[in-house]
Amino acid sequence: MTKDQIRQSIIKEIIQVAPDIEEGEIISDENIQRSLEIDSFDFLKILTALYTQLGVEVPETDYAKVDTLEHMAAYFLQRIEDLN
Amino acid sequence: MNEHISYREAVKESIKKSMQDDERVFMMGEDVGRYGGCFAVSMGLQEVFGPERIIDTPLSESAFTGAGIGAALNGMRPIVEIMTANFSLLALDQIMNNAATLLHMSGGQFNVPLVIRMATGGGKQLAAQHSHSFEGWFAHIPGLKILTPATVQDAYDMVTLALADPNPVLIFENPLLYNTKGPLNTSTSPLPIGKALVHRSGKDLSILSYGINLSKALEAAEALETEGIDAEVIDLRSLRPLDDEAIIQSIKKTHRVIIVDEGWKSGSISAEIMARINEQAFFDLDAPMQRVCTTEVPLPYAKHLEDAAIPQPEKIIEMARKLMEEI
Amino acid sequence: MSEFKMPSLGADMESAVLMEWLVKEGDPIQKGQIIAEVETSKGVIEIEVFEDGVVEKLLVEPETECTVGTPLALIRSEGSAKKEPSAKTVSTPEVKVSAPKTEAKPVQIQKKEPAPEVRIKASPAARRKAQELGVDLNTLAPEVGTIQLKDLDTLTQDLDKGPSIDGMRQAIAKAMSRSNAEIPHYYLSVSINMTPALAWLGELNSKRSIKERILPAALLIRAVVLALAEVPELNGFWQNDNHLISKAINPGIAIALRKGGLITPALLDAQEMNLDTTMQSLDDLITRTRANKLRGSEITQQSVTITNLGDLGVERVYGVIYPPQVAIVGLGRIIDAPWAEGDALTVRKVMQATLSGDHRATDGRIGALFLDKLNQLLQRPQELL
Repeated sequence: MTKDQIRQSIIKEIIQVAPDIEEGEIISDENIQRSLEIDSFDFLKILTALYTQLGVEVPETDYAKVDTLEHMAAYFLQRIEDLN
Repeated sequence: MNEHISYREAVKESIKKSMQDDERVFMMGEDVGRYGGCFAVSMGLQEVFGPERIIDTPLSESAFTGAGIGAALNGMRPIVEIMTANFSLLALDQIMNNAATLLHMSGGQFNVPLVIRMATGGGKQLAAQHSHSFEGWFAHIPGLKILTPATVQDAYDMVTLALADPNPVLIFENPLLYNTKGPLNTSTSPLPIGKALVHRSGKDLSILSYGINLSKALEAAEALETEGIDAEVIDLRSLRPLDDEAIIQSIKKTHRVIIVDEGWKSGSISAEIMARINEQAFFDLDAPMQRVCTTEVPLPYAKHLEDAAIPQPEKIIEMARKLMEEI
Repeated sequence: MSEFKMPSLGADMESAVLMEWLVKEGDPIQKGQIIAEVETSKGVIEIEVFEDGVVEKLLVEPETECTVGTPLALIRSEGSAKKEPSAKTVSTPEVKVSAPKTEAKPVQIQKKEPAPEVRIKASPAARRKAQELGVDLNTLAPEVGTIQLKDLDTLTQDLDKGPSIDGMRQAIAKAMSRSNAEIPHYYLSVSINMTPALAWLGELNSKRSIKERILPAALLIRAVVLALAEVPELNGFWQNDNHLISKAINPGIAIALRKGGLITPALLDAQEMNLDTTMQSLDDLITRTRANKLRGSEITQQSVTITNLGDLGVERVYGVIYPPQVAIVGLGRIIDAPWAEGDALTVRKVMQATLSGDHRATDGRIGALFLDKLNQLLQRPQELL
């Protein structure tokens, strides 16, 4: 999977959880929870959905590593590569 | 015939037509012949049909009502006119114990196809003994049908319906209606006995009325509309049988009801209707049922007192306002 | 005067030994207070008294075996409506098993003195509609004497179209004004060291899959529910000058809507849940709230409200009680703060928990008891499972 495809998946799950958000509003380097007003429940939903999709579980201790879209995509990319 | 005539005329025309169509039909009562009827309903009929079919009786309600029963038992179709319901008390035994019961007591062998027409109600300063409204009282008796025509159309139709019924039918006409004019259409078949009529559709409350009370209810409903209260007004048309279905349907829609009844409220037709609503539509009521009846006094002679005693549009309006308030 | 009798602590129990009295004659006692220890075949069990009052007389000496139903003490009750002790107050026990449990969780059967019966006045049509909507009329508290159809109208609106922002604002404004006008609030707060609980939660979550992860909000709600189970006076309503305690604990959870607006749907029967089902139910509730798929009962059956504004960053929130409820619990943002432990100064994760209470229904003593219980529960997070 490419990083771009991962980004798209993440964006898809964000919009799934918060349908009022438009793709253009999601800025790569901004903190997802703060800038998009996504609370802890929704954040967990997003991560759970990504787990189902991509097979990567994000432990709570790694939350700091997935704070922005950019960081999240990079993290998932790395973890997927590690799996293979 | 399709025209605009008076209630009195409508009754007369109906009797006339029935007598023309069926030779078994005849009329008997005090002053119905030569005088043309105390309220001029049968004016001119004796000239047309002769004294054997428009019969002047002595002042003896019990006797001539009994005679009417006898005539009916023997195959005739009499219309007995008891001048007013007040005098029907003198014929009570005949009405209740013969007319109403012979079909039952004869094991179904003898019908009594009798029609009794009576003037009813107060409002004419005729005082305590001559202002009764007994239609609700008579509605207590199985074996009788009680009709209360409120409109010109029903004034005409109910005579026909009553004559067609093989069992005794009592028709209560309020003389204050005789001069009122309204539309009459004789080409359509009449609304059957036992069917009420919605005169005004509404959603906030149901006003059930009969006879002269219909016009008071309609007047009240118009005034209430200006206050933002949308009243449904129903003419019950017959007090026995009552149209339970129409009543309940209305309650289910509006959830509130006022019954207008010129009788005294105790043990009245309004009480009976409330009991039926309780039995059949309790869970549709959003407020207690209400009624406007005559004050529990023998009717006064003095005009202002009599007017204060019987139902009036103002009383209905007042009651409706209270009913719509929060409780 | 009422008799405190030996409760039945098991289907096959015929008698038990009263080991020790934990109160003495003349002591004031509260409903729910443990007043004695008894020994049964299952071990030593603490038994609680079901009413407020004063211990008039202890009838049985310690280390005496008594059959079930034996009067153990006389309680002199103070205040309102105390009925004659009836057999039924005793036959189903209100028992807290203090021995470490393996299979059974602490059983709390709500058996209180029957409250004075308050019949809610409602028209027949309104009663039927309330039934159809699944609404308990007790929770409506209309401003007029009798509930009529139009009083239920606002509820059907909520169900059909979902809360409109304007409608919601209006409803909130109305409720808040009324709350301020009618309810005499008292306010209490406590600082809770959340470090052990969060550490325990982190540990728990690390051993589970992401799908079974428990969020702190669920843990907090669970703790509040358990604390309310021990201090039930805060879980109920003030209605027609009467304090009604709700058997079910249905905390209204403040949930922010994405388009703006705040709604507090009830987590129904939270007392029946454990930590996992609390998390699942909460998740489901939030999802349905945002999707506008709430049930009528969820909008009307709140017995208490929990407002957790932690996400928004406020450290302490003193909530306004939603009538006819009698309490609202506020939980602030968990922050790193200085914390004294013994003589040393350290840094811990600290949360300010607050309680706003209706002073007609309870007083500061009850409120303080609740906050204390809440604090204690959060120091023993494994008990929240």
